[in-house]
Amino acid sequence: MNEIIESIGLCIEKGKVNKASSYPIDMQGKDGADEITKSALIQNIGPDEILKTCNDAMQRIGEKFGRNEVFVPELLMAAKAMTTVMEHLKPFFQAGSIKTKGKFIIGTVAGDLHNIGKNLVSMVVEGNGWEVIDLGVDVKKEKFIKAIEENPNSFVGLSALLTTTMENMANTVKEIKAEYPSITVIVGGAPLSAESAKKMGADAYAANPQEAVLFLNEKIAS
Amino acid sequence: MQSLIELLNNGKVLVSDGAWGTFLHKRGLLPGECPELWNVTHRNDVFEIAKSYVNAGADLILTNSFGGSPTKLSHYGLEKRTFELNEAAATISREAAGYGKLVLGSIGPTGAILMMGDISEETLFEGFKIQAEALAKGGADAICIETMTAIDEACIAVEAVKSVCNLEIVCTFTFDKMHNGSYKTMMGVSPTEMVKAVKDAGASIIGANCGNGFQNMIEIVKEIRIVDKHTPILIHANAGKPIFENGITQFPETPEMMAANVDELINCGANIIGGCCGTTPNHIKALAEKIENRNA
Repeated sequence: MNEIIESIGLCIEKGKVNKASSYPIDMQGKDGADEITKSALIQNIGPDEILKTCNDAMQRIGEKFGRNEVFVPELLMAAKAMTTVMEHLKPFFQAGSIKTKGKFIIGTVAGDLHNIGKNLVSMVVEGNGWEVIDLGVDVKKEKFIKAIEENPNSFVGLSALLTTTMENMANTVKEIKAEYPSITVIVGGAPLSAESAKKMGADAYAANPQEAVLFLNEKIAS
Repeated sequence: MQSLIELLNNGKVLVSDGAWGTFLHKRGLLPGECPELWNVTHRNDVFEIAKSYVNAGADLILTNSFGGSPTKLSHYGLEKRTFELNEAAATISREAAGYGKLVLGSIGPTGAILMMGDISEETLFEGFKIQAEALAKGGADAICIETMTAIDEACIAVEAVKSVCNLEIVCTFTFDKMHNGSYKTMMGVSPTEMVKAVKDAGASIIGANCGNGFQNMIEIVKEIRIVDKHTPILIHANAGKPIFENGITQFPETPEMMAANVDELINCGANIIGGCCGTTPNHIKALAEKIENRNA
């Protein structure tokens, strides 16, 4: 049983989605996260245990990314493997037998169409056990407000790549804080810095997806 | 008129242009608007940006077609106008450049990741092909494939350009500084890896742009020169890392600060120098004056 749990974790960390997937090269032809999760559930391994191993694996790859040991492709493939597992776990979430840590609303701010950074954060946060509400790119202030309204007690993440949309990000933070002073807002993206984030009035700056996860987890622990 | 490579073979260091995106926004382009559409709707504004860099002393200018791939244009429902918008971009810069200055047709990344299955190699190739054909028809003297992060996409772009024209190809990547002090793109590509891949694909000028100010660019040029002594290097540096202050985005490096680093950048082996995000005609003017003195 431990072995099967471990191999799910390994598939995620290595980004092995399923048997047909040619990535990574050294795992070609072997079962992936998809097949192994299926058989784990058939063997009555608890979905909570599967979720835990997934969360740990995503944390490991997220930390490696933060240390520049792996890059966007490795992280995206790991997240893809994770998503495959989550598909199998969906019924258990719906039945309430396993729970997410909380809700995280994320989007790239108005005027910015870049989705890679936003997707990375979205996937790593989800992989860590959060429910992620992804509003997409070019998200207007009103859309964030509406999402918060519909999901009370959620946390919010704003992404921007363009230097020219940093001002829209600041306005979005301001608007959210005006309507919902207690909502926690994290910002990130290539042109950002901790200093800029602070000046915008955001609660935190995440330089990489793992920093966002650490901050969120700390928030619910405190 | 001499080609880009011929000009460089004379031993001169060339001055390139500065930022377009931040400049367009200053002239009223709203966040979320398609910059390339301005080539037809605000032709004069685009022309004036191009002209301001020519007047500042640039030997070559780029075109307002960075996001002109069908993939990028499809975000605005404009993918069917790929040829028209790219051709217009080159025509405008060609007119602004006049005789004696070169136009580099800009091709930026699509934002789609091949290995994730976002797009097929064929679709990517076809898109770059249309862009290159249109830029060549509009009067580009060379093509600049810029701010790439993935080897596969960059090489497909180079191949696509080669398939439709004989223009010289510049290919630049965007590198970030890692915790250990080395440089890699977000996809994990080092300057050394870039050099071999894009040269093999057919680029004759290589380089780096965006993401870094001059200081980091000096280190990147040094790394490239360890593995490649001769291929000309183009550098487009940002005016430092942007700072959000008093409700607006500001860039910390002044024209004087940038110009102060030019000598070192050239001594390390850079051959074409210009600016990226946050640089203005004043930055280019300061670079041009410094480089002119040096070339004299």
